[in-house]
Amino acid sequence: MAGRGPQIRRRRSVPIPRAVGCGLLLLLCGCAGGAPSTLDPGGVGARRVADFWWLLFWISVAVFVEVMALLVWALVFRRHPRRRLDRSDPVRFVVVAGAGLPFVVLLAVYGLGLRDLAALAQPETPPAVTVEVTGHKWWWEVRYAGVDGATANEIRIPVGEPVRVRLRTADVLHSFWVPQLMPKTDLIAGKIRETWLHAERPGEYRGQCAEYCGLQHAHMAFLVVARPRAEFDAWLARLAEPAPAPDSDAERRGRQAFLQSACVACHTVRGTSATGTVGPDLSMLGARWSLGAGAVPNDGGHLGGWIANSQTVKPGNAMPPQPVDAAALPDLIAYLESLR
Amino acid sequence: MSSSTAAERGTGPDPAAMAALDSHWAAAPTLRNWFATVDHKRIGRRYLVTAALFFGFAGASALAMRTQLAGPEAGVLSAREYNQLFTMHGTAMIFLFSTPMLFGFGNFLVPLMIGTRDMAFPRLNAFGYWVFLFAGLFMWASVPAGAAPNGGWFAYVPLTDERHTPGLHLDVYTLGLLFLGISTTAGAINFIVTALKLRAPGMSLNRVPIFVWAIVATAFMVLFALPVLNLDNALLFLDRRFDTRFFEPERGGNVLLWQHLFWIFGHPDVYIIVMPALGIVSAVLPVFCRRGIVGYPLVVFSIVAIAIISFGVWVHHMFATGLPQLSYGFFSAASTVITIPSGLQIFAWLATMLFGRIVLSVPFLFVVGFLVTFVIGGFTGVMFALTAFDQQTTDTYFVVAHFHYVLFGGAVFPILAGIYYWLPKITGRMFDARLGRWAFWLVFLGMNLTFFPMHVSGLLGMPRRVYTYSGGLGWDALNVLATVGAYVLAVGLLLVAIGVVHALRRGDPAPDDPWGGDSLEWATSSPPKPYNFAVIPRVRSLHPVWDPATAESTGPGADEDRILAEGRRTLFTSEFDGRPERAVEMPEETLKPLVAAVGLLVLFLGLLFAWYWIAAGSGALVAGTLATWLWPPHRAPEEAGMTT
Repeated sequence: MAGRGPQIRRRRSVPIPRAVGCGLLLLLCGCAGGAPSTLDPGGVGARRVADFWWLLFWISVAVFVEVMALLVWALVFRRHPRRRLDRSDPVRFVVVAGAGLPFVVLLAVYGLGLRDLAALAQPETPPAVTVEVTGHKWWWEVRYAGVDGATANEIRIPVGEPVRVRLRTADVLHSFWVPQLMPKTDLIAGKIRETWLHAERPGEYRGQCAEYCGLQHAHMAFLVVARPRAEFDAWLARLAEPAPAPDSDAERRGRQAFLQSACVACHTVRGTSATGTVGPDLSMLGARWSLGAGAVPNDGGHLGGWIANSQTVKPGNAMPPQPVDAAALPDLIAYLESLR
Repeated sequence: MSSSTAAERGTGPDPAAMAALDSHWAAAPTLRNWFATVDHKRIGRRYLVTAALFFGFAGASALAMRTQLAGPEAGVLSAREYNQLFTMHGTAMIFLFSTPMLFGFGNFLVPLMIGTRDMAFPRLNAFGYWVFLFAGLFMWASVPAGAAPNGGWFAYVPLTDERHTPGLHLDVYTLGLLFLGISTTAGAINFIVTALKLRAPGMSLNRVPIFVWAIVATAFMVLFALPVLNLDNALLFLDRRFDTRFFEPERGGNVLLWQHLFWIFGHPDVYIIVMPALGIVSAVLPVFCRRGIVGYPLVVFSIVAIAIISFGVWVHHMFATGLPQLSYGFFSAASTVITIPSGLQIFAWLATMLFGRIVLSVPFLFVVGFLVTFVIGGFTGVMFALTAFDQQTTDTYFVVAHFHYVLFGGAVFPILAGIYYWLPKITGRMFDARLGRWAFWLVFLGMNLTFFPMHVSGLLGMPRRVYTYSGGLGWDALNVLATVGAYVLAVGLLLVAIGVVHALRRGDPAPDDPWGGDSLEWATSSPPKPYNFAVIPRVRSLHPVWDPATAESTGPGADEDRILAEGRRTLFTSEFDGRPERAVEMPEETLKPLVAAVGLLVLFLGLLFAWYWIAAGSGALVAGTLATWLWPPHRAPEEAGMTT
């Protein structure tokens, strides 16, 4: 398995023992620094599947070598034009090699698969924290059971313990997938689904919608941030508090502009008169990893562009272009960036 | 085995009988007859050419998508365009290329291989082709109109309902597939009846070529699987157009119902595509090993086993939807078991090679390409049967890699092998082998370069069906490789097309049996006469052309009841043993199938644009045409070709 770097953006090396004999796969994995890789698990569920993958991989390599050896043997030694034809019908060879041996291998693999299926169904210990995730076209609404407050496209979890994730969709089907932590679970319209995450090490794990959900399916990413329990508790407490008050004149003017604009019809900033629920809660917007669920980085320039016309950034998203006065835009950006 | 030509084997019936056969079967080369033909060989050729055309469209869509994905956040295609193209790529490759292409081979070959003169229902056959052509054009025309389906080939609700996808997009999809389904169903029925009733005398079930077994098993799968898809599409159309609520959870519907119905069709459909292709492999491979296939009964058994088990594996497409664990355990087991009959076939082919004498011709090269790639697709297929691994890699590029190894490896390579193998029979021309070898190596390298890296990008977390992706996630280099591979692959496929055109224009005339084949199509001329066989052979073994007794049966002194020269007639035999029963009259050229198909086209256009009166009117036209078509002719029994 790969090394345990704390950050997903950091380049990782592929360790030698796994790599031996991987050939092309190794070569390609080698170029894969920073990937949200299923083969670089940071969680209990993904680790189980990664271990299973390597078993399946080596079995496949072995059988492939067997089949190719027979094929090459035939192509090399069975082409002599004066070769005497063998008219026998070696049915026993076909049955043993084509059905008997595969049956034994498949039975074993199926048993291991059942074991993993059972292991993924429930975490080993009952989770203390429950995250309520709702999929929207095309972003993730994130709440915590028993906590008033919400964020979007970012899920904080305590490290070293299982966390329950309850999944709903507000519109079409989506699929909740954090490759390094846990296999995916679909969000089904009209139903509630549950999965769990158990991060083994602190870090940031990229997740992405894995069920085609329309125009901007490509831009429906999120980040799972795993932190030590104390840090997580402090963050969760802040989630329920009012958003920070403006510090500077620019931020104050920005808040004024924000509250007088159409923004409040769709967005919430806790502790203000903005209580819309159509779009993401903005109370912690300044601290988020991206804008538009992974569409662009979260910085002043992109934020300004998003407000002015997000349709050029992420065509088809639900937010119409905003007629914000060019003079007021820097203040608005300053205010929104102060929301952390 | 004999390498002599049909002409040397026997001169057939006397000249008077030959002239009579010609006069009854040959159609004058008029424009009317071009539209009115019911000859299975012309219809088969049309299937092949039309399916290849749709393959070109769908392949061009794929090239556009690969160009967009060559780099992160590229702007070659908009999200709107990309989503339509990937939907049409999948839908067309599945419905408008694979099955019609293989049905084209079936159409051309099944009557020849079983030694008869046409399909059991020649007019239905013509009707099936016209419906396929019109349904394909119906769907492809939506692309330039900007109204192409955009919900993926699987069209999951609620994304595809009226609220989330207004416009014609999904109506083109549901109506197009319902329209096409008429053709596929008609074709399937025709194959089953043809193979059961029209086999040459003596061709008992244990002497039926494996390709024919595969086509018939496929046809049975179509008959059981396709109604479910038709139902699914009809419900969605009703939901969208008439506000029924089958799939709306807010009003008591169920979104998973769509998925269950879709995959009850969808998984058997994988085998509907692959099985006739495996049949091509079983036809081509032994001929170039200079012996019969090892374990014929085993191979037939595995075809039948796959056809049955494939109906019990559909939930492995739904392993991430949160269904009960127990059902996952069952469907995982069934999905694992179904690999065993495929394994049997692989080893039957390997044993045939090991116990044979290999001739490395161009068709055989494509068979080798098939073996290498299909085996890899098989490994990843087993992986997807295992629920936990499936949940991790489904809906990623890993699954895109998997099914392209299965479908390109398992269907396109055999189709290409089949094109080279039967081109001399179909066109009467030989192809340029050097060009064929170049094509093979480019296709083989291009295919692997395109799809192998996708295994890795999927494992590295890249989801499928994304019109773009962020840079720096480890996916960039892999996507460049895949795009380069796609262009190499396109050049290879272009060389195949050039090879076919070159053969038609410059190719040497083909002998009747250029490969030393074993099945009956090689016992006729290249291309075959309109009546296929001047004398319907009497089959004495599984390899009739390698068997002197069968060859002699078409020589001088053949029974009159196998010549049947006084009328357009062929022979009915019994379903199991192939005992002769009676001569039957075959229909002449007619425009009714075309008229009925045009009527259906107008009907479906009427439904699409909500011109319901026009739809009703054309429905009446179709019904009227069918009534005159099916009206019993007033003829004396002897005139109708009944033997007394």
